[in-house]
Amino acid sequence: MGHYQLTHLKELEAEAIYVLREVAAQFERPVLLFSGGKDSIVLVHLSRKAFYPARIPFPLLHIDTGHNFIETIDFRDRLVARLNVRLIVGSVQESIDSGRVVEEKGINASRNVLQTVTLLDTIEKNKFDAAIGGARRDEEKARAKERFFSHRDEFGQWDPKNQRPELWYLFNGKKRLGEHFRVFPISNWTEMDIWQYILAEQIELPSIYFTHERDVFYRDGVWLAAAPFMQMKPTEKTERKRIRCRTVGDISCTGLTLSTADTIEDIIQEIAATRVTERGGRYDDKRSEAAMEDRKKEGYF
Amino acid sequence: MEKQFSNQVYLNMELLRFTTAGSVDDGKSTLIGRLLYDSKSIFEDQLDAVKRASIQKGSEYLNLALFTDGLRAEREQGITIDVAYRYFATPNRKFIIADTPGHVQYTRNMVTGASTANAAIILIDARNGVIEQTHRHAYIASLLGIPHIIVCINKMDLMDYRQDVFKDISAEFQKFADQIFPKKDIHFIPISALHGDNVVKPSTNMEWYKGTLLQVLEAIPIDQDHDLRHPRFPVQYVIRPESNEYHDYRGYAGRVAGGFFHPGDKIMILPSRIQSEIISIDTFNGPLAEAHPPMSVTLTLRDDVDISRGDMITGAEDYPTESCDINAMICWMNPRPLQVNGRYALKHTTRDARCIIREVDYVLNINTLEKISSCINVKMNDIASIWIRTTKPLFFDPYSKNRITGSIILIDEATNETVAAGMIM
Repeated sequence: MGHYQLTHLKELEAEAIYVLREVAAQFERPVLLFSGGKDSIVLVHLSRKAFYPARIPFPLLHIDTGHNFIETIDFRDRLVARLNVRLIVGSVQESIDSGRVVEEKGINASRNVLQTVTLLDTIEKNKFDAAIGGARRDEEKARAKERFFSHRDEFGQWDPKNQRPELWYLFNGKKRLGEHFRVFPISNWTEMDIWQYILAEQIELPSIYFTHERDVFYRDGVWLAAAPFMQMKPTEKTERKRIRCRTVGDISCTGLTLSTADTIEDIIQEIAATRVTERGGRYDDKRSEAAMEDRKKEGYF
Repeated sequence: MEKQFSNQVYLNMELLRFTTAGSVDDGKSTLIGRLLYDSKSIFEDQLDAVKRASIQKGSEYLNLALFTDGLRAEREQGITIDVAYRYFATPNRKFIIADTPGHVQYTRNMVTGASTANAAIILIDARNGVIEQTHRHAYIASLLGIPHIIVCINKMDLMDYRQDVFKDISAEFQKFADQIFPKKDIHFIPISALHGDNVVKPSTNMEWYKGTLLQVLEAIPIDQDHDLRHPRFPVQYVIRPESNEYHDYRGYAGRVAGGFFHPGDKIMILPSRIQSEIISIDTFNGPLAEAHPPMSVTLTLRDDVDISRGDMITGAEDYPTESCDINAMICWMNPRPLQVNGRYALKHTTRDARCIIREVDYVLNINTLEKISSCINVKMNDIASIWIRTTKPLFFDPYSKNRITGSIILIDEATNETVAAGMIM
């Protein structure tokens, strides 16, 4: 490696920090979308670095489906207290109670899709003009075409055919009243980059990323967690397994991995040997070939 | 391949960004699919999906192009609409591919993909040789200042892997390249993306050629791709902690756009032209002894001067041009044509300004490189030389010297759309 060449992780970090500072400079009311998953935890870490020694100059927003892994919520509350940042919670249960959305019924019911309405309502209510998200382009084919600065109209919609060209690092955050931006500072990171960075920076993660015993059941090639609100088919039965989460979302759609990995190094080894993409275990993506594309157009994360 | 690396290897990898340019049917998607597939960057579920789709569409073999398929509209029309980004890695480098469509009407996407690239792959169909679109692609690569060019002469299988075909096409490309890339690093590789010859694996059908595309991508020296001579630091954000511990702290956050910065260096601040000295280069992980492109750092200065976003910290004796009158080559990117005497918002480094387009010098026919001065009608996908006047001075270098301090975008103030990308002359 040349003397004046950054390593690829350092270069990705420098790029993400640049994007985060650009958000703070260009927008009046930015917010960071925090799911409790590893990507948003890395985003928070990068935000600390970007504004050091000052505090992170924007709040965190968690869209709470009510169907969470309890470990994620504990982790979230401790992180917020430690960093002294403001946390805003948008509740899907409230959206259901107020009639904004109707809960899905049946075996595959999930609150995943409902989150979009809660997210857009929360953005509008708080007048957020930029929502920083941890989406990566390597995750899914619709995401491969995302910009760093992704414009959303007043309905929160993404128009993939009509995106603004994005050149060099000149990000155009201009918008009309009522419109907002989604900003993705870690667009260029892969799953492996994220894990290597977590290892290199010693970033703390919720315990569900590491192996633990849990009651689970098997459906369509995916292990799902048994929970009171998870409706099971008569043929499905609960089993006790050693598992861990490869991605963390709402319980109803988070596929679990049979695993004994209990350190970051173990996880990296496991991912390196895996032959399935991380979203391959996401039940929400299995609904149709264009599932992510459709949700994104409507305003999903 | 990524999966076999040790953690130590992973921490020493470099990042190379490249873009791909080719006409429709040159096999660009197949080439990218081949790179991903043969470098073992495709996962089982992706492979299964492509196998299923290949069978459904009646393909006789695995349709590698489907790996790069994105949006539903694209699958339906069998085309690529927008720039898509792909990732793969070898033990030496991680690669980011900006996969851009080859259609004539999508020049703007190619310019977008090229803007951050270290290298460009230009694909030529061995049956057709150098065609008009090849000129267009080569010219855009040169206009966007891509330091390294890799010409892949594809579909060699359909020309019986003949060396003379490869030689003739290479010579013809070189002739055109001599006009537009005076000192560029150009590589020529004969390949068959469909069969995998010389992409990741050496071909057994072309013994007369040694090397593969992947070898070239891994070996291109990229540590001199940034301007390391002239210190340039556009101030992006001012950090004021407003805490007891850092009561008087004032840090200037930004990404180094050129040259080196060290504590103790004498610097100048633009536009005020006040001189000062760097006290520290701060990061979350501690202070640094040196900063260079493309690092994101925070500078603190000896003197308490008024500095805000859009100002630039430069060498005390080595500073860029400062002017309101700017000549730029632009690529127009919007269906609404350029308005002479029209007013636009402008972005340059971290500086926002407004400008008026005073004059169109000429529109370039990028197939023939002919300058058309009589035509002042600049439409979408046109390349033109224009003069603008800005409401406040910009601090810039020619794009050929520094791609960061030499680039601008223009924004339509009515629609907020990015309408042009500009390279300052």
